[in-house]
Amino acid sequence: MIGELHANEPSGPLEDRWNRHRFDMALVNPANRRKHTVIVVGTGLAGAAAAATLGELGYRVKSFCFQDSPRRAHSIAAQGGINAAKNYQNDGDSVWRLFYDTIKGGDFRSRESNVYRLAEISANIIDQAVAQGVPFAREYSGLLANRSFGGAQVARTFYARGQTGQQLLLGACQALNRQVAAGAVDLYPRTEMLELIRIDGRARGIVTRNLVDGTLAAHTADCVVLCTGGYGNAYYLSTNAQGCNTSAIWRAWRHGALFANPCFTQIHPTCIPQSGSYQSKLTLMSESLRNDGRVWAPLQAADSQRDPAELAEERRDYFLERRYPAFGNLVPRDIASRAAKEICDAGRGVGPEINGQRLGVYMDFSEALDQLGESEIRERYGNLFEMYERITGENPYRSPMRIYPAIHYTMGGLWVDYNLMSTIDGLFAAGECNFSDHGANRLGASALMQGLADGYFILPGSIGDYLARHAPERIAPEHAAVTDALAAVGSRIERLLHAPQAKHPPEYFHRRLGQLLWDHCGMSRDPAGLRHALVELPRLREEFWREVRVTGSGTEFNQVLERAGRIADFLELGELMCRDALERNESCGSHARTDHLTVEGEVSRDDVNYSHVAAWEYRGADREPKLHREQLHFEFVHPSVRSYK
Amino acid sequence: MKLRLHIWKQRDAATDGRFESYDVNHLTPDMSFLEMLDELNEGLITAGREPVAFDHDCREGICGSCSLVIDGIPHGPRRATTTCQLYLREFADGAEIRIEPWRVGAFPVVRDLVVDRSACDRILQAGGFISAHTGAAPDGNTLLVPREIADEAFLSATCIGCGACAAACPNASASLFVAAKISHLGLLPQGRPERNARARTMLAQMDVEGFGFCSNHRECEAVCPKEITIDRIARMNRDLYRSLIFPRRGSPS
Repeated sequence: MIGELHANEPSGPLEDRWNRHRFDMALVNPANRRKHTVIVVGTGLAGAAAAATLGELGYRVKSFCFQDSPRRAHSIAAQGGINAAKNYQNDGDSVWRLFYDTIKGGDFRSRESNVYRLAEISANIIDQAVAQGVPFAREYSGLLANRSFGGAQVARTFYARGQTGQQLLLGACQALNRQVAAGAVDLYPRTEMLELIRIDGRARGIVTRNLVDGTLAAHTADCVVLCTGGYGNAYYLSTNAQGCNTSAIWRAWRHGALFANPCFTQIHPTCIPQSGSYQSKLTLMSESLRNDGRVWAPLQAADSQRDPAELAEERRDYFLERRYPAFGNLVPRDIASRAAKEICDAGRGVGPEINGQRLGVYMDFSEALDQLGESEIRERYGNLFEMYERITGENPYRSPMRIYPAIHYTMGGLWVDYNLMSTIDGLFAAGECNFSDHGANRLGASALMQGLADGYFILPGSIGDYLARHAPERIAPEHAAVTDALAAVGSRIERLLHAPQAKHPPEYFHRRLGQLLWDHCGMSRDPAGLRHALVELPRLREEFWREVRVTGSGTEFNQVLERAGRIADFLELGELMCRDALERNESCGSHARTDHLTVEGEVSRDDVNYSHVAAWEYRGADREPKLHREQLHFEFVHPSVRSYK
Repeated sequence: MKLRLHIWKQRDAATDGRFESYDVNHLTPDMSFLEMLDELNEGLITAGREPVAFDHDCREGICGSCSLVIDGIPHGPRRATTTCQLYLREFADGAEIRIEPWRVGAFPVVRDLVVDRSACDRILQAGGFISAHTGAAPDGNTLLVPREIADEAFLSATCIGCGACAAACPNASASLFVAAKISHLGLLPQGRPERNARARTMLAQMDVEGFGFCSNHRECEAVCPKEITIDRIARMNRDLYRSLIFPRRGSPS
């Protein structure tokens, strides 16, 4: 069905590609823009930025979110910062260096053209955010402040204490609100996309459910943009918000949009460890903490239950500093996470015992507190320390924090070309829900950069180019594709409401799915475990549809129904994640296959056979998905062994 | 530990609500308040009963979704803490707890503990922004912002839009919410050109939505999970009065 995958990248010198491409894109006459309608699903950084900017340009925009306000999209929770190649610190940064760091950080599994463009645009994002009133941290001189951030040796990260995502999202939502006031954007909060409408191969609309009263509605447009975030909640416990889900991109997948690298899921090393089986989410502690916190574990397993204050220096193992002297505590996320897991697997973990294991290592600020003083540490990390104290009841100014890795971000997502268009004509995907730019591992402070680059600067051009080639055309509400999509959503809801042997709440299945994925498709993966999960997952799915209990009806406010629908999609996605992890017979970035590690336990890539994007095609419920490959070509950087030693 | 909960149940804005009582057992002090409600709901669903509806999302105190009045206090007994960051260690074993939605005329009840806060978004749409067209921005360091000013703007900008301020106010005023945005933008050089108009249009919308005005009870400040202080309201009032003297958009400062 789908031939070879073409990324539609421009060719020629890397630094000229985006500029030339912008000139090559077709434009829509300003007077004609109002005749085109664009649907944007999601109001995080990518969605809010895209909707606002498309509205400014004069298109008619419909913006949807399941939250009660666009400002609550999960970008709000990003803590650490946003990278930009401004080189304000004169420490040797440049567009090329940000590009190279991002490609290398992603373990050479991303597209050169995309990543270079991202690095180029990064500087514009900072300017735009400042102009909107984003209160970035400043020096006493009044100049913008920077810090270095996980995996970078230059200080290129802009930040607003530990609330950078919040401030950037509020900036984007202010721009969105301005367009709502101007009448350019119609906002649909508490409205969830449940189906894609495809007509003659093109994405022409969506079916939504009004979460307040359950009304189903069809919205049609000239193109559809998904900015619906990542799928980390497939693991049940993650740092994602409770509502984060895969449903929008999963509907698109089932309509034929390829899903790329589903197994590339990022584990964040610095989260607060789980305290019990009732836990509903894990809380991230910004990895900016690793700038001043030293990570250690007891050298001997026998010391793991002792008060850390009793353990003298020689009984501590600063394992990141020991193993990676050059980068120390600042090694990329995947490396820091696996190192912590190895310590805990060896019985040297700390904290409460859950299911026979202590899952935690220390992050210690005592040295920084001595050197910099409590007031400086409070200034840098005050809100994070407070959050830690609230959750654990322990004071990190007095005793070291306990941290453990948790699912945080998903690099995989809908396959998109250089224009951020999926394999469905007219269906675009931006931000975390697409697969682009981060390869097999995302560097810290790069997610905000990508979401805003996509939303403010890339989509407005690509969508204009697309619309310039497609005359606006109204779809009749009685069109068969519209009524069929509405009917499909209605019958799925009925099925969820009336499982034949309804007995368990949706969470019961979600927890089991999460455990399966965490055990077999988490921080380390092996073929036997993945095969086991691939047997278990279809059974679990069957059990779900037979036994899920959803109270209430579809025509009212019903949070149980919302959750059940999202979990049903996660159950299918989980299988694709395992399939992809099993198929990729190498280790790279976050994807660590225990049968493909070096003797020292580091990931070991296979560039001969796996220097590609794995893009999966849905072929019906009873057939296995088909794998397509987009070969990655490295013309400007030479894939090397990632070494942070 | 165990708790006895008295929870407000209401089908929708048009139907009268009432308290219903529930017993929850087998809790631990390290559980969050919302995880306790999760446990309650899972038990109710398993028994085929309607669960309790409540708003929540990030569960880390930043999205502003959660919105419970716990024993009469928006976001509960702990200062500077959203409902989702509240843990059962704040409560005594065997305690009885009353849980209600925000009680504000401008926030109609959607279901049980869920209210409609779109009024806040409409206030922001009335002027809570800087008119900065995408792509038109000068270099980020063109305008210097003294660190003290940037910090003050940031502290105002930390508002999560939860609405607790209005829920705590005897006048059901959203003044602290509005003042936080007006201070955030008005303090920064980028936001000064539209400063006068902003106070006028946002406050006019606050009035349209049916919120009251501030009469200095300071209840808002006491419950604000982000500890935004009411000197922001003084700043907002100053902007409003000045906009009456200088009705045009630009402001002599």
